[in-house]
Amino acid sequence: MSHHLPVLLVAVPLVAAPIAALLNRARLSWLVALAASWWALYAALALLSRTLSEGVIRYALGGWAAPYGIEYVVDPVSAWVILIIAFIAAVVTPYAWTSVQREIAPDRIPLFYAAFILCMTGLLGIAVTGDIFNVFVFLEISSLSTYALIALGSDRRALTAAYQYLIMGSVGATFIVIGIGLMYVMTGTLNMADLAERLPAVSDTRTIPVAFTFMTVGITLKLALFPLHLWLPNAYTYAPSAVTAFIASTATKVGVYLLLRVFFTVFGASFSFDVMQLDKVLMPLALVAILTMSMVAIYQGNVKRLLAYSSVAQIGYMVLGISIGSVLGVTAGILHLFNHALMKGALFMAMGCVMYSVGSVRLERMSGLGRAMPWTMAAFVVGGLSLIGVPFTVGFVSKWYLVQAALEQGMWPVVAVVMIGSLMAVIYVWKVVEVAYFGEVDPDADIKEAPLGLLIPTWGLALASVYFGIDAGATARVATRAAEMLLGVGS
Amino acid sequence: MRALGLFNYWVVIFLMMVGFYTLIARGNLIKKLIGLNIFQTSVFILYITMGKITGGTAPIFVEGGGDVVYSNPIPHVLILTAIVVGVATTALGLSLVVRIKEAYGTIEEDEIHDGSL
Repeated sequence: MSHHLPVLLVAVPLVAAPIAALLNRARLSWLVALAASWWALYAALALLSRTLSEGVIRYALGGWAAPYGIEYVVDPVSAWVILIIAFIAAVVTPYAWTSVQREIAPDRIPLFYAAFILCMTGLLGIAVTGDIFNVFVFLEISSLSTYALIALGSDRRALTAAYQYLIMGSVGATFIVIGIGLMYVMTGTLNMADLAERLPAVSDTRTIPVAFTFMTVGITLKLALFPLHLWLPNAYTYAPSAVTAFIASTATKVGVYLLLRVFFTVFGASFSFDVMQLDKVLMPLALVAILTMSMVAIYQGNVKRLLAYSSVAQIGYMVLGISIGSVLGVTAGILHLFNHALMKGALFMAMGCVMYSVGSVRLERMSGLGRAMPWTMAAFVVGGLSLIGVPFTVGFVSKWYLVQAALEQGMWPVVAVVMIGSLMAVIYVWKVVEVAYFGEVDPDADIKEAPLGLLIPTWGLALASVYFGIDAGATARVATRAAEMLLGVGS
Repeated sequence: MRALGLFNYWVVIFLMMVGFYTLIARGNLIKKLIGLNIFQTSVFILYITMGKITGGTAPIFVEGGGDVVYSNPIPHVLILTAIVVGVATTALGLSLVVRIKEAYGTIEEDEIHDGSL
């Protein structure tokens, strides 16, 4: 059983999704989703502890040995991302029960859970597979279900947001397929480890740099790196709250994982950075993302949209860490994957609570909410402090590593940009806090605190973002292991 | 002659650009999806062309034919998966367009944008 864990991690949710759709009862479908996500969390924890103690786990699907068969590979990086996805899914599913009842038509709720499980399956699959074409298949599973989930939003603009994401996401995925095809035609293999061995021999042809370019554009579109982020703000704003909390904490993180996997494992750090100069492309884009998107976030009147732009800026931090290219820089990037998932999950869940009680997340409707909904807004403040990077929160840990990595390379302007980005985060978080705590309460509005079913998961993530900010030892160790493995140094 | 030998690849590039242009330039949501389809189809042809070997036959084992050249079946199989994905994407896209039509009463991008303001 434990030997088959890598495939069961994906297979169990994959089977659970049609079951949830066929049961067609909100309560039963939700239970199936709950079981699937908690199963994934158990499998993720087991896989992480095994790969940390025993090294890389390789699983040949159907007994067909790689490179002919599809291989699932669990190493510290993929186990880390699997844990992020599974953990967020396990927290969001209980939250979804209450939130979805308010936001989605009753007859669509079972299908919502089916799409939700499928989305999780796709994301887990991308992280666990060692076959590059399999990545595309799982990418499409997660993307197609995400489009459907976004379209379930109650605002009609959710439909156009989903459509826009579908068009851009499909173009991105097709670019990735072109890149994979060009790599295959030069090497005759799709297995990542095998590709890594065979690519250097053909890397001075024209085909491989073209494949590299197609992969870069496709992946950066999926992870919403500026300026390919255009699909993201609308998608996050109009999707149902539970969906936003889930995809904001996982989907772009998997994109970053793909970036790490393709450019460090498949192409190799020396080809990506020394020959193709990827860092010279990623770093300016990341810096521009941090500055411009934080600026745009300041001027948003819809808090979900504000947080969405802030997400694009935060993706900038992750890519910035990776583009520094040192162990410390990549550690900062990987660490921020987890940390950002915690805080953005908490923030979007808090917005889900507001949506539940107020029915809108526009700033002017949130006046005085600090008194009407003290617990919700307190969770928002904790998440917001983390976003800024205040000490004793996870945001501080990420930025600490990022600044250290930049200082190590003597990149003073980068440090300055990180600092300015944090200051802008102060402004946009403060904007919400000011309205919520110092605004006038509307005497006619009868606003109650969100129910416990929403508050408990929200606070779970908010407290986790404080806990892992105070005790960053474990997360930093895993991230360092992962970075060392990607760069091929150390153990 | 060499350029002519790459005929399929020229077709791929032409279709890819036609599809991509339609996708970007057209405001009609259905036309955009058609552009996306042409774009994806060009990639299908790219894969299928890659698998073809000059003089190669269908990859079915020929009894006693020691020097038979086979085409590579793997790109064909891969693209079968991509075709299924493409069908699913188109179906989902079209159903979204139906719902957009119901919600907005139009499928022209600029009119939808005006309606959203």
